[in-house]
Amino acid sequence: MGQQEGYADDVVKGFIIWSIVWGLVAVLLGVLISLQLAWPQLNFPPYFTYGRLRPIHTNAGIFGWGIGSFMAFFFYITQRLTRTRLWSPKLARFQLCLFNVVIALAAITLAMGMNRSKEYAELEWPVALLVVVLWVIFSVNIIMTIVKRREEQMYISLWYIMAALVGVAVLYLVNNVGIPISLTKSYSAYAGANDANVQWWYGHNAVAMVLTAPPLALFYYFLPKSTGVPIYSHRMGVIAFWSLIFMYLWTGAHHLLWTPVPDWVQTLAMAFSIMLIAPSWGAVFNGYFSMNGQWHQMRDNYLVKFLIFGITFYGLQTLQGPSQAVRTFSGFIHYTDWVPGHVHMGTLGWVSLVLFASIYYIFPRLYGREIYSVGMVNLHFWLAVIGQLIFSISMWIAGVQQAAMLHATNPDGSLHYSFMETMIELYPYWHARAFGGVIYFASLLVFIYNLIKTATSGKPAPVAARP
Amino acid sequence: MLEKKPIIFLLLATATILIGTMITMVAPFKWINDPKLKIAEVKPYTPLQLEGRDIYIREGCNNCHTQTVRPLLADVERYGDYSKVGEFVYDQPFLWGSRRTGPDLARIGGKYPDAWHYKHMADPQSMVPRSNMPKYAFLQRPLDTALTSRKMKALHFPYTPADIEALKGKTELDAMVAYMQKLGSDIPWRKAAQAAVIGELKNPYQEDKTVLAEGKAIYDKECAQCHGKELQGEIGPSLADIDKPDAEVFRITYGGLPAGGMPAFGDALGKDKVWKVVNYIKYHQRR
Ligand code: HEC
Ligand code: HEC
Ligand code: HEM
Ligand code: HEM
Repeated sequence: MGQQEGYADDVVKGFIIWSIVWGLVAVLLGVLISLQLAWPQLNFPPYFTYGRLRPIHTNAGIFGWGIGSFMAFFFYITQRLTRTRLWSPKLARFQLCLFNVVIALAAITLAMGMNRSKEYAELEWPVALLVVVLWVIFSVNIIMTIVKRREEQMYISLWYIMAALVGVAVLYLVNNVGIPISLTKSYSAYAGANDANVQWWYGHNAVAMVLTAPPLALFYYFLPKSTGVPIYSHRMGVIAFWSLIFMYLWTGAHHLLWTPVPDWVQTLAMAFSIMLIAPSWGAVFNGYFSMNGQWHQMRDNYLVKFLIFGITFYGLQTLQGPSQAVRTFSGFIHYTDWVPGHVHMGTLGWVSLVLFASIYYIFPRLYGREIYSVGMVNLHFWLAVIGQLIFSISMWIAGVQQAAMLHATNPDGSLHYSFMETMIELYPYWHARAFGGVIYFASLLVFIYNLIKTATSGKPAPVAARP
Repeated sequence: MLEKKPIIFLLLATATILIGTMITMVAPFKWINDPKLKIAEVKPYTPLQLEGRDIYIREGCNNCHTQTVRPLLADVERYGDYSKVGEFVYDQPFLWGSRRTGPDLARIGGKYPDAWHYKHMADPQSMVPRSNMPKYAFLQRPLDTALTSRKMKALHFPYTPADIEALKGKTELDAMVAYMQKLGSDIPWRKAAQAAVIGELKNPYQEDKTVLAEGKAIYDKECAQCHGKELQGEIGPSLADIDKPDAEVFRITYGGLPAGGMPAFGDALGKDKVWKVVNYIKYHQRR
């Protein structure tokens, strides 16, 4: 199979390499902004202040690293699940160029202060338009490949892929509607509480359609590939899929609890967030049960280790998320460091671990070689997990401590601490997070070194193991 | 069946995500736009304030500052009256934010005098030594007003050519401070909050030297940035020779003098700490 069958894999390579580059940028910027919070003298106005760099960090992470590698894997997986060559490899190569142009433009324009201010939809309208073009040609290519497929059945992974394609399109278009003033400035078309509600309908479902559905597509594909046994229950996958994409859209307002958005919207969001535990854990159990009789592979097979740790972080994430969506708990931890703790368990734990596994699976195959060093893979794994845990755990403690201090009152009902008294307590945690970030960054260097060595001097793999 | 029909599958998936969308994203427009929720006192931004707001967006201040006060004790006592839907009708985009690395700014308007903001924006650490807010001294550059009229028109905010003319010679920092002072101050919540202040007004620590150190600590943290380390005065007047009775100094500190730029410390410090700082000021003066 593989090249012999004529799958278009060069572009897959291209996307993987570039997504890793942007991932490295995201993590470097993450380390930089975490240092800036601890040592404000590291702000270099006007271009390199925390306020301008934080959106570049999130965009490089979600769009550069996340979406970039999902593009690679959607191309890879779709071709194989449909047993069909990509509809237009030429279009895909153009897409790769456009993708890099867009991410570079995003970084430059954000540093210059061209920013719509809505989280994860910061890009000003000319760049946002390019994103739309990018998404349209991507979707057309994938969907046309599926339409003219040679394998009649569509496996679960394709479902998640298709849902992500339409989901992102709808969300992005609606939340980006604006009133252009000039090439570099526009205003949101919605005002006040309406704008907030549209934004978080978008923001939370960006989590669903970018940070949940695509990694699940990868998980459902690469877990059986790695273990060699099929997924435990197709049926459970089906039920989990439909209920997941149904419920997610109701939950945006859990980012807006206690704000002026109507109460009933908040209450619905709270209820649906709790219900979301079911489909989320449907996927987690499906993963765990697929390991029945295979648990020894956690030791012997590094791919399985990445995937199972990844789905475990996903499981924790989807328990923590609903708890944050409960009004009383939100009143406590909302706006504190607890939330970045949640975010990075998801992005560094769940999303990135699944991506690492997937890259380790296909990269040697694309180059027809064996992985250069399994020892380094394990080193990468442990550094990444430890770095992430230091990050998340220190932020959870920081969040709870600050929340407790902010809410502490004196016997006469006045507040016990001023804002600054609560904030200076955070510095040690911010130091810890920066340290965790540096460890994570080191893990990436090991990862990249190992891949370069694999591509240049890995042992040629036996033909049977090729894709 | 579905597993073999990609186009039908796509349509069905789209329909599925549109149900929640219609109910929780489209329908609320009707509730939020309810004319009953309008607040007559809330006014659109002036050209200067709007430019300030755009600089706020450009600099990404919303990455560290929120702009909604929740109806929770910890929020209301710290930041002021909770936020109402009607206060945001001119906010395109909204700037509620998601992370409070710094304090909420929904009601920063009128909390400090302009001079405080100028000094703080240029060098936050000079006022609040352990702040991690970046220095924004570079905002002391001329304001670009090329697009101002177009912005005002696009948002349907009223303005006159004279307003635009008046922007000549303003700096970006002027615009930012004008925006800060407008935030949350359209509704007269400060007056309402102030009325509820007074209790019995007898200094419980009179001649009690044991609490002086504590009073000084509070003074250094809360008051020195405006009244000077040695009470010599800076943004606020000198307190070194204040000749007002204890009760009056307490009243001013507790309830503030909003018109003159003296913040109220009642909610943030509570009676006991306010008395301690009053005690410190009066003792300092008697020396
Ligand atoms: C890295 C995070 C960060 C960024 C970015 C930031 N601030 Fe701050 N800000 C803080 C912190 C922390 C404080 C509290 C300490 C202090 O007063 O400096 C604060 C305080 C303030 C205050 C005083 C609030 C009060 O109630 O005392 C104002 C006003 C303010 N910031 C405005 C701004 C503006 C305008 C911008 C954008 C140009 C900005 N900040 C950017 C962190 C930040
Ligand atoms: C943001 C700056 C600022 C801070 C912080 C501040 N003040 Fe003031 N204060 C002022 C200004 C401005 C005035 C003058 C108000 C007026 O004249 O209407 C003033 C006036 C006063 C007065 C009345 C002085 C007089 O001669 O009438 C007293 C008393 C006072 N402040 C006490 C305090 C105490 C105590 C603190 C700390 C808990 C404090 N202030 C913190 C700005 C500040
Ligand atoms: C280990 C490297 C990383 C470090 C040190 C880091 C650091 C940070 C810091 C300091 C913040 C700001 C938190 C705050 O507002 O208080 C942040 C926010 C964020 N980061 Fe990272 N980050 C890292 C990696 C990543 C990656 C790889 C991604 C995406 C795939 C990512 C996605 C995000 C997102 C989405 C936010 C916004 C969170 C929110 O709004 O609450 N980060 N990060
Ligand atoms: C059932 C699933 C989940 C629920 C109910 C949920 C719930 C929540 C809630 C309530 C918040 C807001 C916290 C606050 O600001 O107070 C939040 C923030 C966030 N979550 Fe989750 N979460 C879930 C899963 C995930 C997953 C799998 C990821 C993947 C990375 C993720 C990423 C994020 C991000 C990036 C934010 C920060 C948004 C921002 O403030 O900018 N979540 N989540």
